[in-house]
Amino acid sequence: MSANASDARGLAGVSAAPGLWLPVFTLAQRELTRFFRQRTRVVGALGQPILFWILFGAGLNGSFRGPADMSYQEYFFPGVAVMILMFTAIFSTISIIEDRREGFLQGVLVAPIPRASLVLGKVLGGTILAVLQSMLFLLVGPALAFVGLAPELHTGLTWQNALPVIGFLALVGFSLTALGYLIAWPMDSTHGFHAIMSVFLMPMWLLSGSFFPPGESGWLSWVIRLNPLTYGVAGLRRIMTANPAAVQSLPPWWLCLTVTVAAAAVYIGIAIWMTGRRSVLNAR
Amino acid sequence: MSLPTTSDDDAAVVIRDVEHHYGTRRALAGVSFSVQHGEIFGLLGPNGGGKSTLFRLMATLLPVQSGTVEILGCDVGLHQAAVRSRIGVTFQSPSLDGKLTVAENLRHQAHLYGLYGIRARQRIVELTEHFGLSGHFQQRVDTLSGGLKRRVEIAKSLLHSPSLLLLDEPSTGLDPGARRVLWDHLQQLRDVQQVTILVTTHLMDEAEHCGRLAILDRGRLVTMGAPEALRQSVGGDCLRIRAPHPEELATRISDKFGLTSKLVDRELRIEHEAGHEVLRDLVVAFPEISSVVLSKPTLEDVFIAQTGHRFEEDSEEAQ
Repeated sequence: MSANASDARGLAGVSAAPGLWLPVFTLAQRELTRFFRQRTRVVGALGQPILFWILFGAGLNGSFRGPADMSYQEYFFPGVAVMILMFTAIFSTISIIEDRREGFLQGVLVAPIPRASLVLGKVLGGTILAVLQSMLFLLVGPALAFVGLAPELHTGLTWQNALPVIGFLALVGFSLTALGYLIAWPMDSTHGFHAIMSVFLMPMWLLSGSFFPPGESGWLSWVIRLNPLTYGVAGLRRIMTANPAAVQSLPPWWLCLTVTVAAAAVYIGIAIWMTGRRSVLNAR
Repeated sequence: MSLPTTSDDDAAVVIRDVEHHYGTRRALAGVSFSVQHGEIFGLLGPNGGGKSTLFRLMATLLPVQSGTVEILGCDVGLHQAAVRSRIGVTFQSPSLDGKLTVAENLRHQAHLYGLYGIRARQRIVELTEHFGLSGHFQQRVDTLSGGLKRRVEIAKSLLHSPSLLLLDEPSTGLDPGARRVLWDHLQQLRDVQQVTILVTTHLMDEAEHCGRLAILDRGRLVTMGAPEALRQSVGGDCLRIRAPHPEELATRISDKFGLTSKLVDRELRIEHEAGHEVLRDLVVAFPEISSVVLSKPTLEDVFIAQTGHRFEEDSEEAQ
């Protein structure tokens, strides 16, 4: 700076108000960079669901009686895609706790950015990763049939519905990442997050029609009906199915879309509100 | 305690009657002072003294509960965004992302302050050159030494060219060489760019670098002034006396020589213009004295003179 004494005093003029989107972009980009530098995260978020799919698929196929005579692997396929969305969402939002502990977050909190930028940056970064991984599974899954780890599948994914599928995965991914964010934000240790993950997030996925079809009656069917994620899974099934008979009993498309959008809006709204409060939490 | 404050008109920072509580614990008990433009100002105090709370209030991380905090003419309670865009903040625990390179960290920071493209690049190059970081541009922050990390941290907080730089315990974790380099940089920053610098510290030698100091203890402002003036306020010399029964000795010293002494941590302290003479008299008169140390007053002596207890004493229990 010895070279640049000229911009000494009036330096306030150097930076402009950053607006909403530049910080969002930069924070999302950071999420991606960090992710690809930590290979273990890729394994964690993608490996476990694929294993689940192969093992549960092989184990439960014999006893499964799904709609329209589909195999269990076929039924479970979109469920695993949503599981990958959820796992990636969890892993990317858990980094808020690390950001807070390691100090990065305090630097962002004193920057003149709208708090919504911080939330959106984190959530969009997580969403992009979630969609990328989930798409990777949708493409790789059927290939497992060639090596004998899965039966031949009719996933229903085609060139025609690829864009709507990506779009809906992004919507569900966004919603799950926003949910992860608002759970992670008030926490000061990752242990707490793991506890919530086991007693809340995993059951939320299990009871979303991903793992088994909802029954017609009984308390369980009500839990499934009240679970917003049910509509995310059903929506994905509706867009992706190769067989219309298989999705007849699912909630209608308009309901799937409405509930998923509404859930995302509520989660992101709460996340922004929480982040905007100045509290001791932010100053830790 | 009413302390003299300078005219607030041209002040970079004005703190007025600030109180802060964490639940029932009182961290600040009505603190007022101001910092002039272009000053290097230090907040000195032991852990738990209230300086970190004050730092967080100024950095807009905590809401102001009572009193006012004005930064560069803006009330932090009302104009957070304006304050945030004009201050640079260097935290004690680094706010760098260790997984990213120096360049990436700086680029993200520039974006957070609305700087992008060529202007951001120019500014990043300028600062990395200035702080001797050019050779580490593509290095991951995790692999840098503590001193280099602190320099990146400061470069980061200066990207948007703030008029006020807040630093929390800037020397913590640095070796003496790195501390010297850091202070050279800070002084240059003030001299060349007229950046006002406010540091919090619990280190006496760091406090010596400041033009003016405010000493905080248990949430109160104890005293304020230039380090030299503060030391002079204590008086000529400091004597620290150890003996088997210090309370009894204090009475006897008072009776015989009319000198008042303070008992701090099992040690008697006497301030006197002609310390060497008193030392001789005491040693002759009271052979039970096991040791006497004669020294010029330090900032710690200032602290003890004002508070009656040692600096390191954890004031947590007092709160």
